[in-house]
Amino acid sequence: MAHAQGQQHPIGVYLKIWALLFVLSTASYLVDYFHFQGYLRWSLILIFMFLKAGLIIAVFMHMVWERLALMYAILVPPLLLIVLLGIGTLDADYTFFTRDKFFGPAPASTAPAAAKHHK
Amino acid sequence: MTHPVSASPAAALPMTEGLPGLVADFSSDQRAFKNVPWGKAMMWIFLLSDTFIFSSFLIAYMWVRMSTTVPWPNPSEVFALNLFGKDIPLILIAIMTFVLISSSGTMAMAVKFGYEKNKKMTFILLLVTAALGATFVGMQAFEWTKLIVEEGVRPWSNPMGAPQFGAAFFMITGFHGTHVSIGVIFLIIMAVKVLRGDLDHERPGFMTGRKGSYEMVEIMGLYWHFVDLVWVFIFAFFYLW
Repeated sequence: MAHAQGQQHPIGVYLKIWALLFVLSTASYLVDYFHFQGYLRWSLILIFMFLKAGLIIAVFMHMVWERLALMYAILVPPLLLIVLLGIGTLDADYTFFTRDKFFGPAPASTAPAAAKHHK
Repeated sequence: MTHPVSASPAAALPMTEGLPGLVADFSSDQRAFKNVPWGKAMMWIFLLSDTFIFSSFLIAYMWVRMSTTVPWPNPSEVFALNLFGKDIPLILIAIMTFVLISSSGTMAMAVKFGYEKNKKMTFILLLVTAALGATFVGMQAFEWTKLIVEEGVRPWSNPMGAPQFGAAFFMITGFHGTHVSIGVIFLIIMAVKVLRGDLDHERPGFMTGRKGSYEMVEIMGLYWHFVDLVWVFIFAFFYLW
């Protein structure tokens, strides 16, 4: 490699990623504009989000050109957040259940496992 | 290994690629992150810690939204803007997204021209990045004002629904806006340093004995792209969900 340190890449790479990020942002905005609902909405939001995040980290932040040691040191630890996400989901569901049961309107407490998350 | 330590020891040693390279790097009894100035490794580690901060905010937001029995205000309507006589959903947020992405684009190019030692282009692109960042903060200030003054949103209550909405909104976007503001200040400082030739002549900085170099532009860039990255997640989870 000509450059031991520092990252040098043709400008076209950045311009292409920039354009791609614009397209993806427009796409995620249109998800809201066209009022997509339910799983279609959520999966589209997540797909566009992860694509954008991936492009920014990989190209703008030069992660694809870094050595594996740095990649793993930075990208693996955030996976721990999945645990927090899981705990949060369990706890929030339980809190919702108790709030609905003890503080909610009377009919709601007798309804069989009705109203999950209000939108 | 008893090689004499040269100016750039990492570059002098043969390096393995792939997974064996990963093991070799970490077990080399030297710095683990080869080919990377330590300032850059440190910035990455700072960003990793910041990732956990923002993730904690977003997961806390998920918790309050999932656990409330009161309907959550519809962000699509809350953040609609009346333009040309009709309400356009989320339009201000969409424009803010494009502004921040554009600032990331100009930042990436500033880094590129920095390594080419193109002082003028680096300076201009850093200033454009700072200007776009300032525009973003300005639009956010407008959004906050509208929400507080016109819609009556408070951290403890709002007329639209679940009271936690305000707390989550002000906390998350406020913390992000602070990051952007700090970034703008540092971008301007970096632009001045580039223009003065501090990086070309390896002059030490104001509060450090470290020599200036164009790697500092890339490290600055990492921070800026991270701010953009966080916005991607806020946009998805807070505004679109």
